[in-house]
Amino acid sequence: MDVVQLSRIQFALTISFHFVFPAVTIGLAGLIAIVETMRWRTRRDVYDRLSVFLTKLFAVTFVIGVVSGIVMEFQFGTNWSTFSGFVGDIFGAPLAAEGIFAFFLESAFVGIVLFGRNRVGSTVRWLAGVLVCLGTTISAFWILVANSWMQTPAGFKIVTDANGVSKAQMTDFWQATFNPSILQRLFHTLAACWVVGAFFLMGISAWYVLRHRNSDVTAIALRLAVIVAFLGSGLMFVSGDLQTREVQANQPLKFAAMEGVFKTENGVALEIIGLPPSQTGPAAVPPLAIPNGLSAMTNLDPNSQIKGLDQEPDTSLWPPVALTWMSFHLMVGLGVLMMLLMLFGAFLWWRRSLDTNVWWLRFAVLAIPLPIIAVELGWMTAEVGRQPWIVQGLMMTSKGVSPGVSATDVGISLLAILLVYALLFFLWIYALSKEIGRGPEPAPGVVVDLAARVVAAPPKAGRSEEGN
Amino acid sequence: MPSLPTVWFLLLGLLLVGYAVLDGFDLGAGIVHLLVARNDAERRSVLNAIGPVWDGNEVWLITGGGALFAAFPLVYATVFSGFYLAVMLLLGALILRAVSIEFRSKETNRLWRLWWDAGFALGSALAALLFGVALGNIVRGLPLDDGGVYRGGLAGLLNPFSIVMGVLTLGLAAQQGSSWLVLKTEGALRTRAQRAGVASTVVVIAAWLGATGIAWFDSNRVFDNFARNPLAWVGPVGAAVALAGMLYAYRRRQEFLAFVLSSVAIVGLAATAGATLYPNLVPAVDATRSLTVDNAHSSDTTLTVMLVIALVGMPIVLAYTAFIYWKFKGKVQLDEAGY
Repeated sequence: MDVVQLSRIQFALTISFHFVFPAVTIGLAGLIAIVETMRWRTRRDVYDRLSVFLTKLFAVTFVIGVVSGIVMEFQFGTNWSTFSGFVGDIFGAPLAAEGIFAFFLESAFVGIVLFGRNRVGSTVRWLAGVLVCLGTTISAFWILVANSWMQTPAGFKIVTDANGVSKAQMTDFWQATFNPSILQRLFHTLAACWVVGAFFLMGISAWYVLRHRNSDVTAIALRLAVIVAFLGSGLMFVSGDLQTREVQANQPLKFAAMEGVFKTENGVALEIIGLPPSQTGPAAVPPLAIPNGLSAMTNLDPNSQIKGLDQEPDTSLWPPVALTWMSFHLMVGLGVLMMLLMLFGAFLWWRRSLDTNVWWLRFAVLAIPLPIIAVELGWMTAEVGRQPWIVQGLMMTSKGVSPGVSATDVGISLLAILLVYALLFFLWIYALSKEIGRGPEPAPGVVVDLAARVVAAPPKAGRSEEGN
Repeated sequence: MPSLPTVWFLLLGLLLVGYAVLDGFDLGAGIVHLLVARNDAERRSVLNAIGPVWDGNEVWLITGGGALFAAFPLVYATVFSGFYLAVMLLLGALILRAVSIEFRSKETNRLWRLWWDAGFALGSALAALLFGVALGNIVRGLPLDDGGVYRGGLAGLLNPFSIVMGVLTLGLAAQQGSSWLVLKTEGALRTRAQRAGVASTVVVIAAWLGATGIAWFDSNRVFDNFARNPLAWVGPVGAAVALAGMLYAYRRRQEFLAFVLSSVAIVGLAATAGATLYPNLVPAVDATRSLTVDNAHSSDTTLTVMLVIALVGMPIVLAYTAFIYWKFKGKVQLDEAGY
């Protein structure tokens, strides 16, 4: 394999791994801010214990997000130095702004949240929780500014320097920052992160209920998670719709690949499920589709025209169609599944059997990874769908790599990263299960007899002893 | 009034000095961890002495990296891709120490804790060493080819001057970490930390003299600014005075003053490195290929935007960072919130 392929694999690996952690921490930070606000307003002890528990889950996730994030920031320079030279005038500013406006804020107040809750008053502690949440959100904004500029570049001109090397130069900071896709993508990403956090807490709380370890804390946690997950899942469809329209307007080839539209036609069907298309044409077995659905959904007119991949006669400029189609369809499918789960949850809440319906609780536990997988698929759609460009329309991915770095170098680093990240992932799972096994503090005066619980719990519950 | 790129040369220097002073002490705490903290309670004290702040300290590096990318994209691209495997090693070291800090106290098993204690020490020492080796190679000048690319690989980075520079930054971080631990701990741990601090200072002085000596025979360019501009002497003189003052402060048991003087010594040595470089950011062996403040900077629009971001953002950052340090002032107490 050549250096381009290896660098792409390494980038895909490091970014896919990294994004799991910010997705969880952005979601958890939102929940912590809500719970801290309730603790601060009501002064009820149960919110205090829930907040401390959430903080522990946050801490083990945060640290892995931080270290895998440093890898991302350095990798533009190590593996994509030509790209870095080309976009640096625009791309560096949001990264620096993220450090100054977001990371400092987040990291400083995480110190208070994790170590200082006994050193500060109730109000400062609440403020610290809210500021951590604000920091994670601002951080998402600036990172998405950088990535959105690669999707929909704006506020720049192309200049040629003394050595004859062309590069993008900023002409208008606000246009570059609020480029055509940033707001839709920010909305969709943040909503996704809240869903990730809410499903995370919902699954853990459901697990406690199933293991007969439910308490005043888990009852509140479950309800809070269901509310956020329900609203978040709904927002995913609103924001997803807005973002798809934005892609259609700004990256029409990506849109055509996502929907599997090859020929520009009137009254195009909406493909729901089936085998992916190939690079040259639709799948041999046509997917299950709603006739005229795509035209209707996109233009509110069932007979309207949809531009297909054929709008670009040069097929070398088409994105990998099968991968784009598949990641997009799987993401939407998972979104629908999660929405159904939440509708069922809302129904059970109304019937007052939220914490007694064993099937729903089991699904909630199993659903913990679903939004994370959907987020990964969404990013895959966005990034694969932009290919062969690294910056849409301006620079090819194959032209962005570092000239001085050999395939051997990248091979070595790729292997090392693979090993280290596998280890990090296991450590994360291990630390999470440990904190979950230990569980939230019981209410004052409540004696927890874990041994007795094991007897009462369903088979294979012995693991909860570890939490002692 | 200095030009906009020169202002950014100085601001980048400030960001990296902020990193060296702050993450310097938590890297240093890791370097001396196994030496000064002998039992479990002492090791937990070391970890909790940096616990609430080490992560924030590392943000200075992230922000410095972002600012370098924005202000001097060619420098960012040339150095990070040129030092490819060294950067990967550095990232590995930073991951190792972060994970070690976070996971050490998750189990009470002795071997588990020893493993992560060693990881914390090794990761911290390797990171501190690599920063110096990288800086050494930059100060010395890189053999950039006609496309401005460094192709020397990892082996090309290992030359006597750069290795001595690596020892210098290793010693400097150890000194800074020791003086932080003197400030934050008590009893036998504090006594050993002070001893480690003094020993580190001896290493720093020896490495500094060694690096100066090698540079004298190696390359005269390094001394150009010192011959040209008396202002360049502020760095080395300040560092020397601060190191002497720090040793005196230890004798007088002025813990806080010793830490401040250790930090001043870092600032002084960083200013010395800056003075050897300016107006270069990455001097090349063939001087026409050097990346300088004049040929490597971003557009005025970007530099102005970045200046506004820094002027608005950094005072706020400094204010709440000071608040956090003030909230955690005093000797470490082991309690249930912490490692």
